[in-house]
Amino acid sequence: MLRDAALSAEAIPGETARDRPRAGAMASRRAGALAPYWQAAPMALVFLLFFVLPLLVTLIVSFWNYTEYSIEPAFTLDNYREVFDGCLADLPGLCTTFKTYLSTLKFCLIVWASTLLIGFTVAYFLAFHVRTMTMQIVLFLLCTIPFWTSNVIRMISWIPLLGRNGLINQALVGTGLAGSPQEWLLYSDFSVVLAFVHLYTLFMVVPIFNSMMRIDRALVEAAYDSGASGWQTLWNVVIPLSKPGIAIGSIFVITIVMGDFVTIGVMGGQQIASIGKIINVQVNYLQFPIAAANAVVLLVLVLLIIWALTRMIDIRKEL
Amino acid sequence: MPKAVDLELASLTKRYGDTLAVDAIALKIRAGTYCCLLGPSGCGKTTTLRMIAGHESVSDGDIVIGSEVVNDQPPAARGTAMMFQSYALFPHLNVRDNVAFSLKMRGIAKSERHARAQHMLSLVAMQAYALRLPSQLSGGQQQRVALARALVTDPSILLLDEPLSALDPFLRIKVRAELKRFQRELGITFIHVTHSQEEAMALADLIVVMNNGTIEQAGTPREIFNEPRTEFVARFIGGHNVIPINGRTVTIRSDRVAVLPDGAEAKGRPARIAAIEYQGAAVLVSLTLDEGLPLAALVPERVFYQHAFEPGQTVRVRWQQGDLHDVSAAA
Repeated sequence: MLRDAALSAEAIPGETARDRPRAGAMASRRAGALAPYWQAAPMALVFLLFFVLPLLVTLIVSFWNYTEYSIEPAFTLDNYREVFDGCLADLPGLCTTFKTYLSTLKFCLIVWASTLLIGFTVAYFLAFHVRTMTMQIVLFLLCTIPFWTSNVIRMISWIPLLGRNGLINQALVGTGLAGSPQEWLLYSDFSVVLAFVHLYTLFMVVPIFNSMMRIDRALVEAAYDSGASGWQTLWNVVIPLSKPGIAIGSIFVITIVMGDFVTIGVMGGQQIASIGKIINVQVNYLQFPIAAANAVVLLVLVLLIIWALTRMIDIRKEL
Repeated sequence: MPKAVDLELASLTKRYGDTLAVDAIALKIRAGTYCCLLGPSGCGKTTTLRMIAGHESVSDGDIVIGSEVVNDQPPAARGTAMMFQSYALFPHLNVRDNVAFSLKMRGIAKSERHARAQHMLSLVAMQAYALRLPSQLSGGQQQRVALARALVTDPSILLLDEPLSALDPFLRIKVRAELKRFQRELGITFIHVTHSQEEAMALADLIVVMNNGTIEQAGTPREIFNEPRTEFVARFIGGHNVIPINGRTVTIRSDRVAVLPDGAEAKGRPARIAAIEYQGAAVLVSLTLDEGLPLAALVPERVFYQHAFEPGQTVRVRWQQGDLHDVSAAA
């Protein structure tokens, strides 16, 4: 009896002993306590099947043995040794793996900075300078229109523009601004960065816009009242309060760029190395264990970056 | 020390498209006045305050602070500071940095701005909370921090937008007294927007009653209460009956209406008691005059219980001719 009372008191605080529920009601209440778990179950199952399981398999396979013609279960660190083959010996020179990581990190940094700058500006404009909700929605939808078609098509559509005989080169040569067609426009670092920025800026815009819409407009007025200039308000009020959105957008962009091989392949004319590309090639040669090891190393690196980001910025309040 | 300056509004107007929010109001507020802008929602009081603060552009007319027209100046250059309705404390900054914010914007060195912020916080008895975030404070504490932040730049005019509306009734009365004390000690002008006549009467040296974008009356609380200029003021300020007598509209304070038993030699107008509301020190008697006009009488408790009045009973009501106040001229 005492236990019953304690239980029911737990379920509904402030309930008196007089209207303590009967056994049937207790049972349905216990089912009620399980309801949230049932509601979360479908999503959890999807995660388990399509995220946790593949990740586990990748981790396991990364320890397997492989030869030119076979893959066999084992527990060996050889694949990881192979990933960093000769890297310590070559120091201070850079081995292929380090060079590739460095190149990928370089793209990541440039793309992150560009998307952040453009994304923040667009979000700021949408959130603070567009007055009506209707206009905000219209402009927002406008931003998403490119997403109606596939990534690859959007990438490829740059080629007729940037190519040797593309529109831009024709215009440059035609107007006499350049003597000969510019080669660096396509299949170069430039075209890779351009495509990345084009494809992924919206991933910055959305979370930053979301953060900005939560900023109480009275705070901007309070800053103005305190004598802050526009830039001071931006730096001291808007940016600090947009940080969660900036962090989330950064995570999107960094994880996408770090793992990419399609964009770098297409826009780099298959000439630029990236981690994603290495893994892709190894998978094509059916060298799954070494590909898995590379994938695990990449995953750890990306997780480290995200961990560092979340150490600097608390994104929990945004979620 | 902040310098006290006069404020003058000269046919100040605010238009939003075709609608007039504030219609050519004229007002002088002498230095060191506690002024309350009082009126119902949408009467233009907040717009007026925001124009004085520099957060709303002026459509027409002038705002003169001291001897300067400040229409186009930013808030900081006007010597005004505003305390926002929801306090608008920066959620990412601690209490000290919130108070020191405007000093930081002026490029004052860290040690000095911290010292000045700490001094302001001690004035509002919040120095122990300097390192807390606003979200860790109660409503009353947030209000004190907002006050400290507004006062840190030594403004000559402090503008308060419904500063007490976010507090519970008990705290409201306590904070009200504190606001009045600060204003007296600092000697600067406070302009306080409220829709509570009780708040305005308790605080103000000058009450400005607004309606439909115009000023109905500006005066001391006693002037407003005893000589309401218009029927609107009489009704809004409360405690008044507005009745037609001999073709004129007059007001009579409900505490000046005497209720007497109906008898053979009784004088005064006959009325019927509609309802009785016990209020402690006094009893509010709702009456209906013979013409069907409603009339309220506030009868002191002791006087009321000398007679056994009941709802539905017919009584006589009387007042002295001198207590009648004519408002038909303005209406």
